[in-house]
Amino acid sequence: MKVLVTGVIGSDTHIVGNRILSMALEKAGYKVVTLGALTPAGEFIKAAVETNADAIMVSSLYGQGELDCRGFRDLCVEAGLDDILLYVGGNLVVGKQPWSEVEERFLAMGFDRAAPPGTRIEAVIEWLARDFAARERGLRRAEA
Amino acid sequence: MATAAALLIDFGSTYTKLRAIDLDRRRILGSGQGPSTVTSDIMLGMNAALADLEKRLGSLPKFKYRLACSSAAGGLRMVTVGLVRELTAEAARRAALGAGAKLVGTFAYRLTQGDVERIVALAPDILLLAGGTDGGNSEVVLHNAAALGRSRLACPFIFAGNRNAADDSMTVLGAREVIRTENVMPEFNVLNIEPARAVIRQVFIDRIVHAKGIYRAQEAFDQVLMPTPAAVLDGVKLLADGCRGAPGLGPLLVIDPGGATTDVHSVATGEPSVAGVIPQGLPEPRVKRTVEGDLGMRHNVAAVVEAAGLEAIAKDAQLTPARVTGLVDAIARDLERLPQSGEEIALDQALVRAAVKLAVARHCGTVATVYTATGPVTVQHGKDLTNVGAVIGTGGALVHSRDPLGVMEMSLAVSSEPLSLRPKHPKLLLDRDYLLYACGLLGAVEPEAALELALAYLEPIEGEESSRERTLTA
Repeated sequence: MKVLVTGVIGSDTHIVGNRILSMALEKAGYKVVTLGALTPAGEFIKAAVETNADAIMVSSLYGQGELDCRGFRDLCVEAGLDDILLYVGGNLVVGKQPWSEVEERFLAMGFDRAAPPGTRIEAVIEWLARDFAARERGLRRAEA
Repeated sequence: MATAAALLIDFGSTYTKLRAIDLDRRRILGSGQGPSTVTSDIMLGMNAALADLEKRLGSLPKFKYRLACSSAAGGLRMVTVGLVRELTAEAARRAALGAGAKLVGTFAYRLTQGDVERIVALAPDILLLAGGTDGGNSEVVLHNAAALGRSRLACPFIFAGNRNAADDSMTVLGAREVIRTENVMPEFNVLNIEPARAVIRQVFIDRIVHAKGIYRAQEAFDQVLMPTPAAVLDGVKLLADGCRGAPGLGPLLVIDPGGATTDVHSVATGEPSVAGVIPQGLPEPRVKRTVEGDLGMRHNVAAVVEAAGLEAIAKDAQLTPARVTGLVDAIARDLERLPQSGEEIALDQALVRAAVKLAVARHCGTVATVYTATGPVTVQHGKDLTNVGAVIGTGGALVHSRDPLGVMEMSLAVSSEPLSLRPKHPKLLLDRDYLLYACGLLGAVEPEAALELALAYLEPIEGEESSRERTLTA
């Protein structure tokens, strides 16, 4: 069974959406390690190491996500999780910024997928299925 | 009519101590003490202690139980190995400490060749190998098992890591004695140290007691039940929880400042006492023992001064810093020396006060405020012990202090450090007769008698508040 680590990063207490996501992922057949709100970046990585997780899914709702997620992939590499699948989603930045720019920024930071506000859970579950399948074929992630 | 009596023995590192207990009247018949002679012939010290006891009692009664615990020959020396330092490595550490072990080394992540050599040199009595949640990382624990498997290390191993890696680990560990038990962390952030703790105690009884030559005194007792720190911890647990038909004291904290380390035990859930506080980090065991290896009144005297600050120690002892340094050097040169002069006594008191304060602060949890977009939130790390009902002091440094209250009050919360979750209004009790180990041993066979005995002999120490009340009513 694939193992996913979920949590809300930084000084962010918005737990409801993350909890719903975690429940849906569990229902979809994944083993979910839930870290909950107020989770420092390092905790995601420690949990992923110990549980041998296949993906880390970072939520951020309070607009500081860009600051909190800086260097996240580097931390993973440092811990030996070079190839772990990384997703991020929520209200990732402050103010009105075009999503394509925001997405590009997070992909450049080493995330494999970035989900804008209003992304449906079904879409995330489909991403996971396709990305894990792509990895079986030796790819980093699925095309789109 | 002959009364039923119990003999409770502590094979210590310096002394062999005896307590003879009247089981019917639940009181101490007498105490005896002899030297610790484990390294030569353990019976020499045991016979000396029995002769001492006989001299005090007139004659030795027939004992219904003769139970022993031991911290002789270095105690139960353990090395723990885990994966992530704050997760399975920490869980393994807690399992070992809870079993009464003396931790001589803790390792995390992949063991290097150097680590393995260090472990071999440490020559532990037991090695506890953990790493990975069940179904989680198996690669690192397997790597570590293989590295240790190739070494010359001959002590018993306990495997308490990822169960999916257990079979392969057993194979690479080779022909040595390995006991498999449940994972110390089966799920992420779920602590499961009881099974490992029980196995450690069993290995201690089956193997270590023999290896250390304690069995040579076998005709003098029925059984060595556990390491001394485990006996103290069992006594503390019985005192807190009570037993069938006899209530205990409820949540409590025990401080035990000693020559080499300062131990702190707590029996309390440690959950936040204030609504809305969010606990973070690894869940805390209800029965918890911490050992501060740098806080010892004799073997680590320089470290106590360094941790507390020379100025602070000097001020508390009302000595000049230069004088403190001189006296500390004298202690380091002669560890057996007991304080004689007024200055030495004042320094000892300042040292034990500092050690207790630091050790309790490290044992208890802390709160911190995190500012979020929706306002400030309080998060808690470790145990909230603000509401424990009692603090018990034990150990020679405290019992022989001329002002035990001055030492015990260092365990309390102070308004200048509001973020530290130390006890606020506990009863202060002194274990003047060194009964906690005896209570733990006797509790294994007659819990009610053990509980009643300990409750009767713990001596209340008046706190500031009650003395103030007394002044007001006088």
